[in-house]
Amino acid sequence: MAKFLRNDLVVLAIFAVVVLAMPIWLQPLGAGYPDLLQRFAIYGIFAIGFNILFGLTGYLSFGHAAFLGVGSYAAVWSFKLLSLNVIPAVMLSIVVAGLFAAVIGFICLRRSGIYFSILTLAFAQMSYNLAYSVLTPITNGETGLRVLRADPRVIDGMLGVDAKGVLVTDLFGISMSGYSGFYFCAAMLIIGFFFAMRIMRSPFGMMLKAIKSNQNRMSYTGFNTRPYALAAFVISGMYAGLAGALLAATDPLAGAERMQWTASGEVVLMTILGGAGTLVGPFLGAGIIKYFENIFSAFNQQALNQAFSFLPEWLQDIVVGVISPFVGEGWHLTLGVVFMLIVIFLPGGLMEGFRRLGRLFTSGGNGPDRRKAASPAAQPQAAE
Amino acid sequence: MDAIVLQILNGLDKGGAYALIALGLTLIFGTLGVVNFAHGALFMLGAFCAVSFKKLLTLAEVTKVPSDLGFPVTKEVFYLEKWFGQTGLTIIDFAVPLAILISIPVMILIGLAMERGLVRHFYKRPHAEQILVTFGLAIVLQEIIKAIFGANPIPTPAPQFVSGSANIGEWLGLGQFVVYPWWRLIYLLFSLSVLAAVFSFLRFTTWGMVVRAGMQDRETVGLLGINIQKRFTIVFALAAVVAGLAGVMYTPILPPDYHMGMEFLVLSFVVVVVGGMGSLPGAVAAGFLLGILQSFASMNEVKSIFPGIDQIIIYLVAVIILLVRPRGLLGRKGVMET
Repeated sequence: MAKFLRNDLVVLAIFAVVVLAMPIWLQPLGAGYPDLLQRFAIYGIFAIGFNILFGLTGYLSFGHAAFLGVGSYAAVWSFKLLSLNVIPAVMLSIVVAGLFAAVIGFICLRRSGIYFSILTLAFAQMSYNLAYSVLTPITNGETGLRVLRADPRVIDGMLGVDAKGVLVTDLFGISMSGYSGFYFCAAMLIIGFFFAMRIMRSPFGMMLKAIKSNQNRMSYTGFNTRPYALAAFVISGMYAGLAGALLAATDPLAGAERMQWTASGEVVLMTILGGAGTLVGPFLGAGIIKYFENIFSAFNQQALNQAFSFLPEWLQDIVVGVISPFVGEGWHLTLGVVFMLIVIFLPGGLMEGFRRLGRLFTSGGNGPDRRKAASPAAQPQAAE
Repeated sequence: MDAIVLQILNGLDKGGAYALIALGLTLIFGTLGVVNFAHGALFMLGAFCAVSFKKLLTLAEVTKVPSDLGFPVTKEVFYLEKWFGQTGLTIIDFAVPLAILISIPVMILIGLAMERGLVRHFYKRPHAEQILVTFGLAIVLQEIIKAIFGANPIPTPAPQFVSGSANIGEWLGLGQFVVYPWWRLIYLLFSLSVLAAVFSFLRFTTWGMVVRAGMQDRETVGLLGINIQKRFTIVFALAAVVAGLAGVMYTPILPPDYHMGMEFLVLSFVVVVVGGMGSLPGAVAAGFLLGILQSFASMNEVKSIFPGIDQIIIYLVAVIILLVRPRGLLGRKGVMET
């Protein structure tokens, strides 16, 4: 079974099935509606891309949201100037975000460790501030960039496609809102996952992991590590650009707040929560955070009172009083607490937790009763 | 000339705040080797010490008095006014400076709790995890403050008699146009004296000497039979107090809200990096330098040549410094080289 799971294609197939079936199996959890599903897929892409940089090379970027924002702007410009079709938008965003990442990465990767984190943070803040001030003609400042009826849309014009009614992005006629939008994002997620998997299994990925474990030794053996790190940085920037494009595709509006450092912090959080350096971890983390964000911020005092109405009155008041700061408006408080707990007790993230649990069950531990309970197949191991 | 003096003055008070926060960051980093992303939150907590102290002072007795309108009107009388009359009102007026007295013990307690409860378990962990856990702590502190005080900035004015402006131009013989709010001048002097106090504490006392020795070589100091860990814990509390004081006094300049800490934190990190990681004079010098540069960049003459420069000048300087002098202005060899 374990060997079977190690086969890449099998992993990919399982992942694809799980992702594509999300509308079905998330239904009972109350998350089976397209808006949220789209966000799962989009932030999954973002986190998977971030993991290629942070999980593999160990470079902690605190400015990744800048690439997401740039991707969004590029996509909306593509909707405005070229076509409402999402394909050119996605391609343009990936290219623009990649170029942007190449420039920033070239500078930031001259330093490592904490300096790198601060440099990326500085660049992201710089982009954010510029988007709000001088670059207003490009970004439309606080209002956010949106698609207008008067925009030229050259390709659409040439093909004679005329946007009727509401301006919605499409994929050759399939509107990008609702479930079709989700399936497009999901397809992108699966492709992104495939590439991430290929990268992790490749010699290139091995090189990145070597950078993480010991950069000095890499240099001693004659490797120039910087091009590898830069490549990882650009690739993860392109993933962020893709995520930004999809955000714009599902809702054609781009605002600078997507580039704020809190957004960068969020993707770090997703990756850590799921498990940095693992394949599925970042997607899992992104899904969990977006899911609970959705659930928790919907709660309010009334809903809480209703949920705990089975308790005696005085107990209900206490329980609601304790919980209410953590839900609704206070969702970020929960997020912060969870984040701290994860970093303190489970730095490897949820995947590490699963692995520990798995080890607990398979290797049997030291307890005599458990050894008895172990199946005959496991006994040769116990005898060793 | 006037304009230049004015811009330098404008930059100094902000520079003072940067310098104080950056000093604390550097102290923590130099002693404990921990990158504290929650330091901006300490600055914010200091500011909210002032806010809550002011709230405490302005507790009012609510009475209903009959009025001509046909229904009783609620009337609020501050307890302090009721008990002490005019003296009470003066005390309320001086809430912000008086809050310093309250904030020092509060910040010491917070600092000790933070070090003992959280940071101490992260000495041996990688820097990335230190950053992440303190970042999480910063979010938590910030959200707690938001839950208590709300999301809006809370104006906390300076005492009445320093609310005007000082005519510095006349003192220096530069004419009428160089005026500077009194409170900013006070802030500048205050930050300078706090800086001087911290530096002389570290430089001229035996206690400070031990701490400096510990920063150089922790192990040897430990072998000499000194409990360096305990001293470093106190240094952490000291850094928390410095950040808190910076926050208390900053409230009249910028009405505090829950995310002010993060804005200052990002800038202070840039300041630390520009000054040189682990260098205390570097942090202070870079703080003032970047404060002044920022205020110059927001001059209209400069903005017309480089539009938007005021938004990015600090980051731009940081990038250039890191590329040209990777150790920062006054950074030492061997400190955080990786």
